[in-house]
Amino acid sequence: MPQFRQQGLTVQQSDGLAPGRKHAATFESEKNAHATQRGTARVIPIVPMTENETEVARQMQICNACRYCEGFCAVFPAMTRRLEFGKADVNYLANLCHNCGACYHACQYAPPHEFAVNVPKAMAKVRLETYTEYAWPAAFGALYKRNGVTLSVALAGGLALFLLLGTAMDGGLAASVAPASLYAIFPHDLLAAIFGLVFLFAIVALGVGVTRFWRDVAANTASVSAPALAEATTNALTLKYLDGGHGDGCNEADDGFTLARRRFHHLTFYGFLLCFAATVVATLYHYVLGQPAPYPLLSAPVLLGTAGGIGLVVGPAGLLWLNLRRHPEQGDARQRPMDRGFIALLLLTSVSGLALLGLRDTAAMPWLLAVHLGIVIALFATLPYGKFAHGVFRSAALLKSSIEKRQRNTLSLGSD
Amino acid sequence: MVDVLVIGGGNAALCAALMAREAGASVLLLEAAPREWRGGNSQHTRNLRCMHDAPQDVLVDAYPEEEYWQDLLKVTGGITNEHLARLAIRASSSCRPWMQKHGVRFQPPLSGALHVARTNAFFMGGGKALVNAYYRSAEALGVQVRYETPVDTIELDGGRFVAARSGNQRFEARACVLAAGGFESNREWLREAWGQNERGEWPADNFLIRGTRFNMGVLLKYMIEAGADAIGDPAQSHCVAIDARAPLYDGGICTRIDCVSLGVVVNRDAERFYDEGEDFWPKRYAIWGRLVAQQAGQIGYSIIDSKAIGRFMPPVFPGEKAGTLEELARKLGLPEARFVETLERYNAACRVGTFDHTALDDCHTEGLAPPKTHWARPIDTPPFYGYALRPGITFTYLGLKTNDRSQVYFNGEPSDNLFVAGEMMAGNVLGKGYTAGVGMSIGTAFGRIAGSEAARAAVQTTGAYSAAI
Repeated sequence: MPQFRQQGLTVQQSDGLAPGRKHAATFESEKNAHATQRGTARVIPIVPMTENETEVARQMQICNACRYCEGFCAVFPAMTRRLEFGKADVNYLANLCHNCGACYHACQYAPPHEFAVNVPKAMAKVRLETYTEYAWPAAFGALYKRNGVTLSVALAGGLALFLLLGTAMDGGLAASVAPASLYAIFPHDLLAAIFGLVFLFAIVALGVGVTRFWRDVAANTASVSAPALAEATTNALTLKYLDGGHGDGCNEADDGFTLARRRFHHLTFYGFLLCFAATVVATLYHYVLGQPAPYPLLSAPVLLGTAGGIGLVVGPAGLLWLNLRRHPEQGDARQRPMDRGFIALLLLTSVSGLALLGLRDTAAMPWLLAVHLGIVIALFATLPYGKFAHGVFRSAALLKSSIEKRQRNTLSLGSD
Repeated sequence: MVDVLVIGGGNAALCAALMAREAGASVLLLEAAPREWRGGNSQHTRNLRCMHDAPQDVLVDAYPEEEYWQDLLKVTGGITNEHLARLAIRASSSCRPWMQKHGVRFQPPLSGALHVARTNAFFMGGGKALVNAYYRSAEALGVQVRYETPVDTIELDGGRFVAARSGNQRFEARACVLAAGGFESNREWLREAWGQNERGEWPADNFLIRGTRFNMGVLLKYMIEAGADAIGDPAQSHCVAIDARAPLYDGGICTRIDCVSLGVVVNRDAERFYDEGEDFWPKRYAIWGRLVAQQAGQIGYSIIDSKAIGRFMPPVFPGEKAGTLEELARKLGLPEARFVETLERYNAACRVGTFDHTALDDCHTEGLAPPKTHWARPIDTPPFYGYALRPGITFTYLGLKTNDRSQVYFNGEPSDNLFVAGEMMAGNVLGKGYTAGVGMSIGTAFGRIAGSEAARAAVQTTGAYSAAI
């Protein structure tokens, strides 16, 4: 297990039937006192639960006795396979939650009810802890907590790097360069080296984190079958669990359903992939076909990049609009700056990229190029320490869900 | 003046408002609760008992009219009205497309509720999601909704509705639907209805209310005092055994305790008082509320051992847990020696055959009073668990007499423009007992009828008025 936060420690609720709860308000303290007592009586190590994890465990015990939300998503069917919710269960379920909001708006126990159940919010708080705890290198986990600062610093650093680099290079930003002659400003090999390294680092960092996460949560579900993998992949790529279970979509400002978030997310994600594909194709053109940029408007890299860029403008703009009008109690409102920071970076990437394409034959090109590259490097460098992480951990949770649901349920509750 | 005034904000009221609006009437709906508590008991429901002759989306096999009627006849012990009951049953077979049109979605039966997979269609997200969908649709269609407007007075002209009052606000309408629920949240009224027992206790003081805190019965009482014909036993309420730690109101479904048939139940004196294994739990949970209400202090204790864990729906609160029976007695505050003696006597009387919780098995007691006739296994495998039980009131049976047009009666005469739906008239069909999802069937059927009839009455009033000038 990685290092868990030491402040606000509570102890894993190792037994869902532990006595103690008189009223919701005294639930935590009594349960914890009891669990400690149990823990000392047993030789197995006590796994600490954070306050946020304990809160998810408390809410899951209520949900498990109700189950009205089973049809909305994968979280509740996974919950019904359990009678108690330890640290691994909580982190798994939290990352399986897509914050669609359906269960919050449908909940008979949501505030002002004294049970105060708000699953999307409780899950969101744990997710931030998951990202932080499984960040690699571990010290970088703190970047999630101050994500606005992280992204701003990365952006400033990226811009400074390329502006200075551009000024220092032969030809320089100030000098007049041949129209559309990108590599007159930044040599191709230098760009490939910088971006290759940063991208590789992002992949390694996220890979190490999610591998550790998988090791902790995937007990009994470690062996992957092809159907489970195929289903999980489909669920991730189609954003299955933003459809509300009925196909009407998820919640945003109120209890009404909309497919807007699913669609804007598709535009964002597939726009991002198209832009990435444009880069890969261009790299092949460069090294394999020996054709350096710039490419004509009707070439594969430009067409892919333009289509992706448009998706990456419309998608994030829509997600930002939805994020700004989302119901304040749906999800963890304190994390919205992180969401918006990532969205803003994606928007800056696409807008600067499209501007560069449009103005590549003008004198603004060198400056735009430096700005665009600065933004992109900031985006890549912060991928493992910001909102992007949700996709990686969620995919792992979806895979576990698809494996687990194919296993026999050992509980025989209410079978009469 | 609006055409149709709907008083109430739950399923039946919303069905009435939607139908009246669809018929072209202008509609104002008055909900007593604030927005966050809207929906009455409907927010705690989860399904609709549905007649169907063939498999339908979420419903398997068939549940024909006759079988549904026989089930209703059985649970009510004949205290029903066959004409109205069959009307509600038939309506349940055809109302779901209309519900879906207004945003209600259905889901496959919940895990742990497979015993009603054939008969009941579950609302996706439960009753609050249904209520939300109806309010969204109502507002989109132009139904005016006012929250925090509990109606206390109805102005009548003979048997005709004139206006409703909430404090000093007055609401005139051409027709009105009463759908404001029963009186189960009114503790004074419950106290009076249950009276004092031979021990000098007021049993209702120890009852918990499973549903809304807003069903005070003010309108029901007003109407009966104003001369409307009543139906249903005023002293009766549907009562189940729930976790004693449940909140006073709105505990809903999750406070149920489903392990009674897997163990024994003792009272405050640590004595057993009824056959815990008489029948399957879904068929018996409703009698345990009354059984516990009859015990001293209106409390019971469900006792199980670790063999039962994983065989019943997980309770919302953890049970008291102990390594020995003596310790469990102490934790539950029960007389220790008596408790151990009761359990030992039960354990010794168990004749264990082949335990099967999915059948009426052959595990039973011999020479024990009261006996445990099925699933009797010694409580001997620690840890032991105990759950305190209290009576939980779901709804009351007292209502207004009505007919197949949902009309309110005064001295045997139906009103032209005053209608009733939901829990305020469910006693016409369900005079006693309960079976899962039937309350929503009655509320939906008569809510829709009341809405259509009220719209028609309003149009007729307008027509008569136009003709007069």
